[in-house]
Amino acid sequence: MKKLSKPLYGQQNMTAYLFLLPWLIGLFCLTLGPMVASLYLSLTKFNLLSSPTWTGLSNYVQIFTEDDTFRRSLGLTFYYVFLSVPLRLAFALLVAMALNKGIRGLGLYRTVYYIPSLLGGSVAIAIVWRQIFEGSGLVNQFLSWFGITGPAWIAHPDYVVYTIVTLSVWQFGSAMVIFLAGLKQIPADLYEASDVDGAGKLRQFFGITLPMLSPVIFFNLIMSMINSFQAFTPAYVIGDGRGGPLDATMFYTLYLYLKGFSFFDMGYASALAWIMLVIIGVFTAIVFLTSKFWVFYGDNQEGR
Amino acid sequence: MPLKRRLVQAGRHAAIILFGMLMLYPVLWLILSSFKPNHLIFTSSSLIPTSFTLDHFVNGWKGLQGVSFGRFFGNSALISVMSVLGNVISCSLAAYAFSRLKFKFKGLWFSIMLVTIMLPYHVTLVPQYILYNELHWINTYFPLILPKWLAQDSFFILLMVQFIRGIPRELDESATIDGCGQSQIFFRIVVPLLVPALITTAIFTFIWSWDDFFSQMIYLSKIDLFTVQLGIRSLFDPSGQSDWGALLAMSTLSLLPVTIIFLVFQRYFLEGIATTGLK
Repeated sequence: MKKLSKPLYGQQNMTAYLFLLPWLIGLFCLTLGPMVASLYLSLTKFNLLSSPTWTGLSNYVQIFTEDDTFRRSLGLTFYYVFLSVPLRLAFALLVAMALNKGIRGLGLYRTVYYIPSLLGGSVAIAIVWRQIFEGSGLVNQFLSWFGITGPAWIAHPDYVVYTIVTLSVWQFGSAMVIFLAGLKQIPADLYEASDVDGAGKLRQFFGITLPMLSPVIFFNLIMSMINSFQAFTPAYVIGDGRGGPLDATMFYTLYLYLKGFSFFDMGYASALAWIMLVIIGVFTAIVFLTSKFWVFYGDNQEGR
Repeated sequence: MPLKRRLVQAGRHAAIILFGMLMLYPVLWLILSSFKPNHLIFTSSSLIPTSFTLDHFVNGWKGLQGVSFGRFFGNSALISVMSVLGNVISCSLAAYAFSRLKFKFKGLWFSIMLVTIMLPYHVTLVPQYILYNELHWINTYFPLILPKWLAQDSFFILLMVQFIRGIPRELDESATIDGCGQSQIFFRIVVPLLVPALITTAIFTFIWSWDDFFSQMIYLSKIDLFTVQLGIRSLFDPSGQSDWGALLAMSTLSLLPVTIIFLVFQRYFLEGIATTGLK
């Protein structure tokens, strides 16, 4: 940097900030500013009509001591994340490994398995899903062929969450595409060498595939987790939009939405948002910190 | 031995195809049911319609309260296209600065940009809503489009930064010797070479804007401003009184633009996911 003469550096400074201008305006007006505002609002009562009144930590106190719905929605969201993320990644890895066997027509299969991820976020598919799991829907028709009487998946508070989990697991295609790319990077001679050493398929999976794939697993895990914590559309459409039956579809984001935009309790919603930020931050940090024990970067390990 | 291998191979194909069909079943059910007459939609267990009708598409297209689905499709298309333009332009500008230019506090801005990628949308949601409300922008498309023109999907900035780093610097240097300024280097050298990353950004932005439901629901309540997603949600009555034929027909149509874009740009699309981990 010292080699650059002063005027040139100054010129580049200006040009650079011009290129960055849209992003910087957005950063201050739509991200940093609102973050500060939402932290402030979380310490107030505010209903959008009259001006905010300072209430200190009372929103947070109320959330943690009195609010049963908060507790239930947080528990439900954790349950959803811990169930759907590992299942989705396991399916993604399994199918990616099946497709990685030098199969003819790989392009077509990859497309077929990717289509749920492509369409699954839409309201249309959420409605179809609801219909399929309805008491007289396709899933229960299928179960009845085997003499099983399926429960009313949607209407029953104990089961509706599994409907939402299957919708999320069904969309394993995008993680699968990333796994496929990762599997292609593993040098074939590793497998050949272990074949010579007489290692079985299972040994190879735990000894070669998983460690070599761990950076990709790490990436998929982080992205999948952050996205799942924020799930909204499936809970809103498959449930009744108000968290029912019996709060069984009251995902955290739905609760936040209802508090903010149905009850216009903007201060309370802001406090919920900050708690969510901290929770996602903590989970991301845990995955990052533990990653050095289970993520391997192969030959580059020393260099890093 | 070859026979045994061929059998294993055939078995593997069969398993993959079978599981693939199971995966596609809900989508196929949606599409094919939209051609069935009402009384067959839920009673007929056969996937293929035994009798065929286009009535649902005609009825569904009429839309809600006198506003047709054509309007909803137009609105969604407008929002998606404007979002694509915004993201492509503003993110590529920022990415160029981060990857090629020297400036004060570059490291600081870059790390802030990285952190914002992981920030949940909900933390800024309430103040943004209040801001747009003050500006009287509720029930306009500004809240949905403006963030894209201000490069707030930082993921795409990072994607393009990585991509520009792969473009040889010698190209810039020789252009500088030929007397090109920074903006000429950007437009004449970087942008043409950046096209694959720009296409990836465009495809993902289009699909995410088209499928976005949460922010559309928050910011749009007038029916003539409704998007396809809002239209479909309004046709659907959770208590069970929906016009299922119309609902399924419009749902089928709503998946078309995304599917077409995917099929046309499949190569960019799947490579984009594989190399950058988008979505």
